[in-house]
Amino acid sequence: MENGNIIEVKGLTKKFGTFTAVDNISFDVKKGEIFGFLGANGAGKTTAMKILCGLSKPTSCEGYVAGFDINSEQEKIKHHIGYMSQKFSLYSDLKVWENIRLFGGIYGLKRKDIAQRTEVIIKTLGMQDWKDSLVGTIPQGWKQKLAFSIAMIHEPQIVFLDEPTGGVDPETRRKFWEMIYDASEKGITIFVTTHYMDEAEYCDRVSIMVDGRIEAIDSPKALKEKYRVNNMDSVFRILAGGALRQ
Amino acid sequence: MKEFFKFVQKEFLHIFRDKRTILIVLVMPVVQIILFGFAISTDINNVRVDIVGDIRDNKVREIAERIDNNKYLDVVSEYEFVTMINDRFRRGKSDVAVCFEQDFSKKLEKENSASVRIIGDGSDPNSAQVIANYVMGIINDENLELGQGGIDRGGEMEKMMPPVKYQYNPMMKSSYNFVPGVMGLILMLICSMMTAISIVREKETGAMELLLVSPVKPIWIIISKALPYMVLSAVNLVTIFLFSHYVLNVLVRGSLSLIAFVSFIFILTSLALGLLISIMASTQRVALLISGMGMMMPTMIFSGIIFPCESMPVVLQYVSDIIPAKWYIIMIKKIMIEGVGIAYILKELSILSLMAFILLFTSVKLFKTRL
Amino acid sequence: MYSIEAKNIGKSYGAVKALDNVSLQVRKGEIYGLIGPDGAGKTTLFRILTTLMLPDSGNAEVEGFDIIRDYKAIRKISGYMPGHFSLYEDLSVEENLDFFATIFGTSVAANYETIREIYSQLEPFRKRKTGKLSGGMKQKLALCCALVHKPSVLFLDEPTTGVDAISRKEFWNILERIKAGGVTVLVSTPYMDEASLCDRISLIQQGQIIDSGTVDSIVEKYPYLLLSVSGDHIYPVLKILRQVKGVVSCFAFGTEHHVAIDRALITAEDIRHILTENAYADCVVKEIRPGIEDCFMQLAAKK
Repeated sequence: MENGNIIEVKGLTKKFGTFTAVDNISFDVKKGEIFGFLGANGAGKTTAMKILCGLSKPTSCEGYVAGFDINSEQEKIKHHIGYMSQKFSLYSDLKVWENIRLFGGIYGLKRKDIAQRTEVIIKTLGMQDWKDSLVGTIPQGWKQKLAFSIAMIHEPQIVFLDEPTGGVDPETRRKFWEMIYDASEKGITIFVTTHYMDEAEYCDRVSIMVDGRIEAIDSPKALKEKYRVNNMDSVFRILAGGALRQ
Repeated sequence: MKEFFKFVQKEFLHIFRDKRTILIVLVMPVVQIILFGFAISTDINNVRVDIVGDIRDNKVREIAERIDNNKYLDVVSEYEFVTMINDRFRRGKSDVAVCFEQDFSKKLEKENSASVRIIGDGSDPNSAQVIANYVMGIINDENLELGQGGIDRGGEMEKMMPPVKYQYNPMMKSSYNFVPGVMGLILMLICSMMTAISIVREKETGAMELLLVSPVKPIWIIISKALPYMVLSAVNLVTIFLFSHYVLNVLVRGSLSLIAFVSFIFILTSLALGLLISIMASTQRVALLISGMGMMMPTMIFSGIIFPCESMPVVLQYVSDIIPAKWYIIMIKKIMIEGVGIAYILKELSILSLMAFILLFTSVKLFKTRL
Repeated sequence: MYSIEAKNIGKSYGAVKALDNVSLQVRKGEIYGLIGPDGAGKTTLFRILTTLMLPDSGNAEVEGFDIIRDYKAIRKISGYMPGHFSLYEDLSVEENLDFFATIFGTSVAANYETIREIYSQLEPFRKRKTGKLSGGMKQKLALCCALVHKPSVLFLDEPTTGVDAISRKEFWNILERIKAGGVTVLVSTPYMDEASLCDRISLIQQGQIIDSGTVDSIVEKYPYLLLSVSGDHIYPVLKILRQVKGVVSCFAFGTEHHVAIDRALITAEDIRHILTENAYADCVVKEIRPGIEDCFMQLAAKK
């Protein structure tokens, strides 16, 4: 943490039987940066992300997330990170405030804090009118903003976003990224996966995984210069195009 | 036709590739039979039975002979006063006493009911219970032959003696009770639940959309889903019979082909139910809930496996009438244990057939050619 | 004659209008894209056109067959790949294909030529269980299954959702070749960048088609002047520009911002000026041609 890195990983490997899903990867994520974690389907992104979130044990690895050891302090990691994915975010049969209260409780916040933060979230998002609506009935854009705010309800130092914008309309997608920027400006680190290559451009740095290894890690600008192309889509295709794993 | 066989083949592949399905479908019946089997096979050979009451009474003597003729039970003594039971139990001379009220035959004839009480030696509660149940079973057989009305089962509840007492308890009609019960349950489980789940799984994965847009007629989709489970049910029936015959020595008195026919009607009913569930449910979880809570539970409760329908409140008895398994189990019991022919089960058979027809008709009607 | 023609289709689920007066015409042998976000009504429209669902109002024809009256005929001539369709994961590649060939009344051998190009990539894995394939491979197999009976119309509901950028490109190349074989392809996607790969498109939002035509014709109609603003650390610029009168919208597009301005009120020069005033003198402001995503956002906002 002293060197300003919130994630430091050395030699992260995860094997399933004879199959090496993640093959000896090492990288750092700096505090407050937006880190894009890219890779083709099956490259090992999800596996690596699960380990970083403390949901799965690495076969071998040294390092820490949010100041906690990846091997021995998984439970603590879980309490100090936020997580949001497109596939699951909120309970659609609960009301907006009930969802907030629920996740506040899950993250172990005190009742008083939950009440106060519920107020703050609803006010900041301008969702006063939606407060008592079931989450299933509110528009997609609002749902996402709410999910993101809830992922940060316990004021984590880092938030993991797993394809947060899949299938979302262009404007909502962009507004969502503006929220990500705002969070990042407050010093929260963002670790995000996406299939939209234009979103890769919004990241401070990206890593591209191919066949379980990190093939490249740098700022989008530097990567584009290195491979002499003008967008991240091309960079991605040059690197991931040679993937052997199907 | 080629399409149809491909469907059936695919269905079998699904079944054989899922270890859990195999487990439920083929292993569970065996496990159930063995479990229940152990429950009654607790060693009760040479049980010593005391007959308490007027042995000169015709009916009492008849029952006593019946008990004595049973290969597990021996009537060792007859006397008139229940007060003697305590002493005999203490001395270890008897395991169970069967008490008849005075003027048993006369009461039975006149009032169409008479009281019996079974008193077991509770110092070994487990075998006492088994023995008592066993004796009850025999008296119950007698009861069945007496026709309706029969021996009064209520009433006699007074607690007279410290040893555990078992009044004539209608809950256990026969030790053989569970084989028909298990058959009903297993067939219900496989035909309704498994069929429903396998159809709903297609909906969940989106495959059903593709199947529906294919030129295959929906009726063939249904039949191809049902056929494999029908075959499995047949396999299960055979397993259950073999196990009950060779492992538990439960003998089948009636005709096997009649049992097969009745089972076929019941399987049809269950399949139709499964189909209905699959039409109502859109996820496997819902299908499981409906068939589990909505079908299996009532089947267990109302079919007479656990509680006898006759002792339920009248309203519930009517409810139990709509449970197909109830009629099936009644028929199987009659055929297996009493060895009756088709003439004696016509009523139940026609009820079940009617149910099968209505259910099949509605489910095929409701099965949509669209989403 | 059109291969697919839908007229004023309406469909509601309770109070929610899934489709509101939707009409579209797809010519024979073209790739037609239905482009819009999740929940726009794409899947509902697909289900109606593939005869899986009845519309509340309006009607449609596929290859001249009425979707209600002649549904059986349509089922014979159309291939369909439902959204998020995952095939039978416990069956092998070969078994899946064989099964779908048979239920559509044909065999893999009889129509091998139709699928040869795609299937040749899958053949090394033909004994593998479908559940163990990668996302891209699954899509290809699903496509094979939809193509194996030589349909004349192909309905693909979000075939590239959740598939990585490389597999997506590959998938579109395959579609191009299917089209070359004379098959009409109606494909839906939430990815705006895939619009340019279609011959013609409809943009759909909240159950309504907000525009249809070729990508060029839609872009032509873009009413504002579009500027790109690029430079280092320009995120704060978004907020500055949104305050400016005459700026209709301002959004991030990769490394640049796209700023739509009303020609009558403001010019590119004014924007440069404002940026310089706010100490963003190093920003490059260029006039650009809008993309389909710009158009979508403009049209969606108008609604």
